[in-house]
Amino acid sequence: MKKIIALVLASVMLLAFAACSSREKGDYSFADGDQYEEIGGELNILNWGEYIDPELITLFENETGVKVNYSELTSNEEMLIKLRSADCIYDLCFPSDYIIEQLIAEDMVLPLDYSKIPNAKNISERMKEFTNVFDPGAKYSLPYMWGTVGILYNTTMVDEEVDSWDILWDEKYTGQIWQYDSVRDAIAVSLLRLGYDINTRNEAEVEEAKDELIKQIPLLQGKGTDNIRDFMINDKAALAVLYSGDALYCCDENENLAYAVPKEGSNVWFDNVVIPKTAKNVEAAHAFINFINDANLAARNTEFIYYSTPNQGAIDRLDAELVEDEIFNPSDEVLSRCSVFHDLGSFAEVFNKAWIEYNTRSGK
Amino acid sequence: MKRRAFAYPYIVWMILFIAVPMLFIFYYAVTISGKLDLSVFWDTLKNPVNWKLLLDSIVMSLKTTGICLLLGYPIAYILSNMKKSVAGFISVLFFVPMWMNFVLRTYAWQAILNYVLPSIFGSKGTFTGTEWAVLLVLVYDYLPFMVLPLYNTLSKLDKSLLEASRDLGANGVQTFGRVILPLSVPGIVSGITMVFIPAITAFTVPVMIGNGNPDFFLYGNIIEIAFKQPTPNYAGGSTLSIILLISVFVSSLIMNRFDKEQIQ
Repeated sequence: MKKIIALVLASVMLLAFAACSSREKGDYSFADGDQYEEIGGELNILNWGEYIDPELITLFENETGVKVNYSELTSNEEMLIKLRSADCIYDLCFPSDYIIEQLIAEDMVLPLDYSKIPNAKNISERMKEFTNVFDPGAKYSLPYMWGTVGILYNTTMVDEEVDSWDILWDEKYTGQIWQYDSVRDAIAVSLLRLGYDINTRNEAEVEEAKDELIKQIPLLQGKGTDNIRDFMINDKAALAVLYSGDALYCCDENENLAYAVPKEGSNVWFDNVVIPKTAKNVEAAHAFINFINDANLAARNTEFIYYSTPNQGAIDRLDAELVEDEIFNPSDEVLSRCSVFHDLGSFAEVFNKAWIEYNTRSGK
Repeated sequence: MKRRAFAYPYIVWMILFIAVPMLFIFYYAVTISGKLDLSVFWDTLKNPVNWKLLLDSIVMSLKTTGICLLLGYPIAYILSNMKKSVAGFISVLFFVPMWMNFVLRTYAWQAILNYVLPSIFGSKGTFTGTEWAVLLVLVYDYLPFMVLPLYNTLSKLDKSLLEASRDLGANGVQTFGRVILPLSVPGIVSGITMVFIPAITAFTVPVMIGNGNPDFFLYGNIIEIAFKQPTPNYAGGSTLSIILLISVFVSSLIMNRFDKEQIQ
């Protein structure tokens, strides 16, 4: 018995070791031979889960002598709460488009000093067209990662073509569907299916979208965020609303999976880096933004996170196979169907109310 | 006088960690950005959805408590009839999982319900996201709290009473119904209290085992949603918490009543 336990333990350790070493270290040198001065102090970063190559943080610490404190969270709404709190300690964070619009409107972020971010030149023009919608001229924020929202499906369970949000309401798939657990994303799916704008300010439309979501509840296997990936990879569910980056990761792990951006359109989203007004180490924050936008490092970071990068320098350095992938790099035709979320201002209350009613199944 | 001094740290503790947080909850319930405003408070009280979810939670909690009692009583009874050393060992086994964090144990159940059980039953799907799975994990979590007080009461039962009952001609069933069961009521009452009250407030299990499906959301989940919105509804969330506090308080009063009646 003891031998078996020892054997199991040994193989587990071996596996863990293999997992660590199988990832060969890429080229982490600076593309333009950047030099960083010793800055020191601390840098508090707030970001999404698994949303940076940890190697980058170590490298940055070694280059600049800055101690990085890195925290993670799972929703934009949580990020907003943290940034609004009186004792906000963060020097850098990575909110999405509509939150940035709100942060700018509420005067909560610092304008970027581009003299300290020479690597901003790497950001592609195509992306700037989109981000101009919520931050004209990228005055306050620089795109970090981007992607679309779509349907990830299992081709062994779904025979028909997936090209419409309607399939998520198909009773054939009862108990095999995952909805996304976030106010804007879930309601957007329902709005798009009904043919409405994802930034609608029409109360009746939001109400209708909510009622449709409530009708969908009995068909769901669940409503989640990062946890959806495991269910899809392990063939546990047929259909899921998911971000393109997560979808790409899942497709890599399970070849039966495919991803589609429905014909009714979808959301194209951006996570940009911003410096909150409360930042204490603005110098280090700028250095970090410049650092992650280095073409080489951005390429490594993209390989790690697997979301689409707005960094043209990085795209030029990535595998052609990845760059040509329709999930990673959607065509202009797909993007023409997608729109960016806007901050809804006080109308956000209508969405929040609908969200609570959805979660408590209390349609009128 | 001297002895009372030992109580001071406890009193300070109670004020700091029980009274003050409660006052904060009341304060937030009746103010909106620092000004006295009862509008949200009344709206929350008047909203039938909140009461329906409270009822759902109570029903779920009653189911959990009922199953725990049905499972826990025989376990405790068998344990109490075993040799002290064996029974002690087995009751430690009941405790061991509780050394591990509750969320971790729930994660373990996620794996069991998603992968282990489906493969045993040859199902391709998953068992999470169903009501029975939520109930199963709730029962698992709270069963020790039912077994231990019952075991305590049953093992202290005077065995000579059982012999007397037999002597007077009662069979096994009669002895159980007329002697053992009535005498074990204090254990049953404290077991029910220890399961029912925490189970009303359960909110991680519906999310983690119910897969976040609104169909399985309980009262605790609406409190979480109230605070986790983009613009947190402090007044609403606090009012919801007060309702829960009062319900818990009332149910423990009822339980205490039962307990006292038994002792008299």
